[in-house]
Amino acid sequence: MTTFDDRGVLTPLLLSLRVAGMATLVSFLAALLAAWLLARKKGPLPAFVDACCTLPLVLPPTVLGYYLILLVGRRGLIGQWLNNIGINLIFSWQGAVIAATVVIFPLIYKSARAAFEQVNPHLENAARTLGASEWRVFISVALPLAWKGVFAGLMLAFARGMGEFGATLMIAGNIPGKTQTLALAIYDAFQAGNDMKAVRLVVIASLVCVCLLMAAEFLTSRARRL
Amino acid sequence: MISLRLHKFFHTGDRPFCLDVAYAISPDQKVTVLFGPSGSGKSLTLHCLAGLMRPDAGRVCLGERVLYDADADIFVPARRRRVGYMFQDYALFPHLNVLQNVAYPRTGCIPSRVNAAERDKACVLLERFGIGHLARQMPGRLSGGQRQRAALARALNADPELLLLDEPFSALDTLLREKLRDELLTMFSRLTMPVVIITHDPDDVDVFADNLILYDNGQARSVAEYRSLRQQFATAGQCLRALPLHLPRAPADNHPKELA
Repeated sequence: MTTFDDRGVLTPLLLSLRVAGMATLVSFLAALLAAWLLARKKGPLPAFVDACCTLPLVLPPTVLGYYLILLVGRRGLIGQWLNNIGINLIFSWQGAVIAATVVIFPLIYKSARAAFEQVNPHLENAARTLGASEWRVFISVALPLAWKGVFAGLMLAFARGMGEFGATLMIAGNIPGKTQTLALAIYDAFQAGNDMKAVRLVVIASLVCVCLLMAAEFLTSRARRL
Repeated sequence: MISLRLHKFFHTGDRPFCLDVAYAISPDQKVTVLFGPSGSGKSLTLHCLAGLMRPDAGRVCLGERVLYDADADIFVPARRRRVGYMFQDYALFPHLNVLQNVAYPRTGCIPSRVNAAERDKACVLLERFGIGHLARQMPGRLSGGQRQRAALARALNADPELLLLDEPFSALDTLLREKLRDELLTMFSRLTMPVVIITHDPDDVDVFADNLILYDNGQARSVAEYRSLRQQFATAGQCLRALPLHLPRAPADNHPKELA
């Protein structure tokens, strides 16, 4: 009856993994920087920046998608410029990466910031009096001690990125084999009445996410913590 | 010669706090003790000396070097001050072993990579402090006294020109305190740099103070003649209690003010 449909299952799965992986990487670097700069900062400006960094968590993904189109769309602020040098992000898998990056940013940012704030400030000050630059304080003291929390946020973000739907649909569309991620393929199959395919995809998506979260739990519980 | 004039105002909770101190420590005064109740501004002073906090106004000089001058807009960051700081909880890095902790001032971004020369240097320091056999231990497994020695060895490995100790004995039990007090005193005699200790234990004042600075509610005053004054009392506690707790406003100049 149904043979293993490579295009129907494997392609969206691999695309989802690739999009989520790249988005996690980009988000990780940006969120880590933001978290370190904003940790333990008080005042109206840091509070405002913090709110902006958290916003993607509470805004509907479609609203994010709309903002992103304003930004990187053909007539967008950055999109116009990119268009001139021959880059078009709309309806491309790179566009899906951008959508996922923004959506998962707060997950990494929030957990990284909390983890940095958990680090005993005496340790960072001790490093400073021992001659360490701020960069070295970050890389040799703060990050190793906050790593567990940062990593937990990272895994959560990757899993969330796997399932990104709303913003991705608006920016990258739903082109099978090109921008159709796992979440989009499920919706597509379900709408088309292809229930068998939908179920298969649902099971795969669930399994992948459960495995990811279990791996994260396993790794963080084994992480060296003294 | 250390001279400092500090002014710092802020709110702790809903209570305003104002640190306003000015005094000098002459080169022949090796160990200076800052004595006073909790929350009187002692730790704040050390933070300002180490460059971990920026005062609102004033001036800090260590020898010929100006570390902070509000008028000239000079603020040397902590990493360039060469001021060693031993924290109350010793602040050993929990993810590094004792040797890596001690070598930290001389390693790069990956402090677990210690080259042979620095390893030898750190080992010599550890031996000097009698904890050479603990080089590979993690700080979490050390006793309070061992932690103190490791923290001190680490601070000295950065070649400081001034050593600050924030309540060095508060994390220890009483018996150990007695022992380590003597140990620290012997060690100080071998050091070349001046030392500033914070304490609220009168016995520490007796043992260490070449120079005594009394702190109260954000103000401070040098007590130049503590040694002669001390002879009139049976215990350090009695002597310190006899000194007036409420200090007059800090004088505008930074000469030590003598008791009437």
